[in-house]
Amino acid sequence: MSATVVEPGAGVVLQANKVTKAFGGLVAVKEVDLVIPPTSIVSLIGPNGAGKTTFFNVVAGILDPTSGDVTFRGHRVIARPVRAWFEPVVWVLPSVIVGVIAAIVYLATANADATAVVVLGAIGLLIVMFLAAIVRPGWYLRLLTAAGVFRSSRPNDMVKAGMGRTFQNIRLFANMTAQENVQVGMHTKMRANAADALLSTPRARAEERASVTKARDYLALVGLKGRAGELAKNLPYGDQRKLELARALASQPALLLLDEPTAGMNPRETAEMTQLIDRLRRDLGISILLIEHDMKVVMGISDRIYVLDHGELISQGSPQEVRSDPRVIEAYLGKPPT
Amino acid sequence: MTARAGAAPGTNRGGFRAMRDRVSALAAGHRSTTIIVGWIIVATALPLLMLLPPFSTFQNQKLWIDGFANAGVFILLALGLNMVVGFAGLLDLGYAAFYAIGAYTYALAASPTLPWISLHVPFWPMLLVGAAVAAMFGILLGAPTLRLRGDYLAIVTLGFGEIVPAVFLNADKITNGTNGIGGVYKPDLLGYQFTLGNPLPYYIAMVAIIAVVMIFVYRLQDSRLGRAWMAVREDELAAASSGVNTVTTKLLAFALGASTAGLAGVFTAAKLTLVSPDQFSFAVSFTILAMVVLGGMGNVWGVAIGAFILYTIQSVVLKQLNPFFGEKGLNVPFLKDIDFVQYQFLLYGLALVLMMLLRPEGLFPSSRRKRELHTEQDENVGDELGPDPSSTPMEQT
Amino acid sequence: MRPDVVRVIRPILIVAVSLVVAWFLLGGTQQFMNFLTLGAIYALIALGYTMVYGIVELINFAHGDLFMFGAFVAMWILTVPLGMTGAVDDPIRLIVILVVVMLPTMIFMGLLGTFIERFAYRPLRHAPRLAPLITAIGVSFILQNVIYVLFGPSPVTVPQVFPLTRFDFLGGKVSYLSLFMVGVAIFLMIALQLFVSRTRLGRAMRSTAQDREAAELMGVDINQTIAITFFLAAALAGAGGTIQGLYFGSVQFNLGFYVGLKAFTAAVLGGIGNTTGAALGGFIIAFIEVLATQLGYSRWSEVAVFSVLILVLVFRPSGILGQQLGERA
Repeated sequence: MSATVVEPGAGVVLQANKVTKAFGGLVAVKEVDLVIPPTSIVSLIGPNGAGKTTFFNVVAGILDPTSGDVTFRGHRVIARPVRAWFEPVVWVLPSVIVGVIAAIVYLATANADATAVVVLGAIGLLIVMFLAAIVRPGWYLRLLTAAGVFRSSRPNDMVKAGMGRTFQNIRLFANMTAQENVQVGMHTKMRANAADALLSTPRARAEERASVTKARDYLALVGLKGRAGELAKNLPYGDQRKLELARALASQPALLLLDEPTAGMNPRETAEMTQLIDRLRRDLGISILLIEHDMKVVMGISDRIYVLDHGELISQGSPQEVRSDPRVIEAYLGKPPT
Repeated sequence: MTARAGAAPGTNRGGFRAMRDRVSALAAGHRSTTIIVGWIIVATALPLLMLLPPFSTFQNQKLWIDGFANAGVFILLALGLNMVVGFAGLLDLGYAAFYAIGAYTYALAASPTLPWISLHVPFWPMLLVGAAVAAMFGILLGAPTLRLRGDYLAIVTLGFGEIVPAVFLNADKITNGTNGIGGVYKPDLLGYQFTLGNPLPYYIAMVAIIAVVMIFVYRLQDSRLGRAWMAVREDELAAASSGVNTVTTKLLAFALGASTAGLAGVFTAAKLTLVSPDQFSFAVSFTILAMVVLGGMGNVWGVAIGAFILYTIQSVVLKQLNPFFGEKGLNVPFLKDIDFVQYQFLLYGLALVLMMLLRPEGLFPSSRRKRELHTEQDENVGDELGPDPSSTPMEQT
Repeated sequence: MRPDVVRVIRPILIVAVSLVVAWFLLGGTQQFMNFLTLGAIYALIALGYTMVYGIVELINFAHGDLFMFGAFVAMWILTVPLGMTGAVDDPIRLIVILVVVMLPTMIFMGLLGTFIERFAYRPLRHAPRLAPLITAIGVSFILQNVIYVLFGPSPVTVPQVFPLTRFDFLGGKVSYLSLFMVGVAIFLMIALQLFVSRTRLGRAMRSTAQDREAAELMGVDINQTIAITFFLAAALAGAGGTIQGLYFGSVQFNLGFYVGLKAFTAAVLGGIGNTTGAALGGFIIAFIEVLATQLGYSRWSEVAVFSVLILVLVFRPSGILGQQLGERA
């Protein structure tokens, strides 16, 4: 196969271990191993239907893997949920215990008022546990870990952990302006909550003003300077792709998942986008996992390429290695006539 | 496909436009002051206006003011539902449940007629308590809907909208069932006791509450949370992938929306001094939804105006149409036999359908909403004429 | 045993056993017949919900009110042109009357359903989801209030044309009426199933429900197919309404709201988009309701049904017979 293997070790941004995703009987992704070192561009290529976007969706937290796991920046964030059924038990158990206490109180003292108080306490505990399940504060998560419950990260958890992504079919907030789109991207980096908003605290107002400036900076970074007030759906196609990138950058990620960022672009736009992606790696130190069909782009900027076919990894290595791998050629072009 | 509203080039409407823009800018910059000043003006003007014909012929000023205070309750309800439906895009068909929760919370805390408990918690703190209790239920009742798509979410909220009054009805040991809780204590402000005979204090209190709530609603709309609501409404997956915690965002919409309904409930209980389950039927939820939709979903002032218009039509105009078309009035042959009050829900239904077909953005749409709803149709033109050159390519994997 | 024999025998066996168990749990023939009739009604309405949802992905809020409207139309036909006031003994005359009532009702309701689709829903087919939902609520209110204005708020009696003679069966009395009602309902359901699976139009409906664009490319007339779907759904609702009026003896303007919600729960329970599931769900919901009344909790039966709806949507949104829906957002 390939001569050089990137040694997974300390400092690796992302490591996927035998990630498998099956939909019923159809195995879309089969035991894919993938490593993304810091400040590198890794491309994922393969024929249509190879499972690349499915793999993306697992890594991004949209789908739970059937087996295997993903480690991001040293933490195991994505894996098949463990003991998910136990979580509702955790909600209900404290209340049940207090309910039993209420029954004992009643049997022992026959005091209806005291029992009522204890029952109310049980109900209160139930409510507290439900709210905790929703808000997920630290103590609740530690409780779950202690109980052996593992819940795979959701998309917004991954963003908070430092991962951003774009979509194959552009998913912008069509009726919001370019600036607002980017401001939503900054959601995890802003502190103001509902209370700050209601009271219009100086901190909230300052943060809002700063976010406007920062959003415009991101827009300028991707080449959309001056377009801040335009509605996303009114932007030309190439600019929409850039805006999606700006929105993803706004969360200050360590890793960007880009799903066909140059699809549908003319050669000039493609070159611009390629340069931009390279600059992100060089100047901002962001690692990038790229799905691309344009081989020039892939060969041009990738540090490492993984090739997927029918859900399986059939090759990996540097651009030269992959380009000359007969299995890759076969997957794309079919078996050469013998 | 750039649809830009604005003066066509060449027209010189500089003077009026410039002044309007300056006033707009001033208002936008000092919004809270605008709201307060605006409401003070409206609140003083309305009762005075009612002294003039034809309003004075319909009913006397005191009844008008009482009606305005009641309309205010619905304005408040519409403002709250607007946050849930208009901002966050969650179609809640059981909003009256939170209204009921607010009302019953106050009634249980401030009525001497209940056999099992008799408290007299003062009104003003109960406003906050009622809002808080309703907010809590907003979270509880919103939680099961989080993973549901629009239609299903609507049905589930409808279900809750039925369950809550049913619970109040059937738990008659606590809530006195179908007779409701009566004798609820009226508000008491620094020694001044509100009475049933004088609607003016209620009216002033309601205007103050509305102004405060409006200020809060606008602040939320322009905040990080408001943007998160819009993002979730636009594309939930993209919002989550941009870092928005869709769970807490949606729950906050439910909670804040419900808290407003709770406020309205406490006020109603204190004004009518009676709460009973039939005050909170689906018809009420539907009416509030109609107000939000007809007024202009997402537009705060629009929704308030829509609520006011609809309530006034329902409570005053429809009643007046009977004598208007009848024997003593214009005496129109067919119209005089129709009892317009009976027809009101029929008219609501018709209005809603026509609105959705002709002007889905409502009477006073937010400019954003208009762009959403009308450029959609423009996009379909692209489909008929051939692929839109700026559209995305077919999906590959 | 040969596999295809098993495949046919197994569902029949399951149904038979379930019916026997239901008979026991409900405490006898009386409530059992109530359950069957109510189940038939819910099934007919649920079928309509599921068919419409399957093809246009819209929960037709007004569907329950179509049922109510059908009940009133049937009542009107029975009392005004036919002038019936009491029982009819001659079985042949009875059947003729029933056909004369049910068939026009079904046709009229079908046309009404198509009309509503054409003018209230079709223009909004590409609008954001909220719009057709709100329109449907508006249509629901229009239907309800037209009846309210025409017939008033109180229940309206439907003449009992079926002779009340009953025969004994396993300790309870079964009237010919109930048997007939259930029979008609089952006949309609089977007819629908055959139509959808065997005919060209039925194939068009199924393909449109699966993938509208592909069906269009294959030459299916989408507008016509959707119109036919609405026609059938409304006609079934009309049949349900006729049964309702004849069996329960009275109709009221707000009948559609609760019955509609319960039938919708049935459709969701069985798996929205799945016609067998709708029928199954209808009978399950009817069972819950009759059981609740039997146990003395009739006041809470509505709450029970809504709770079922919420629980199903939260824990198994695809229903009993539906496929597992996709993952979270």
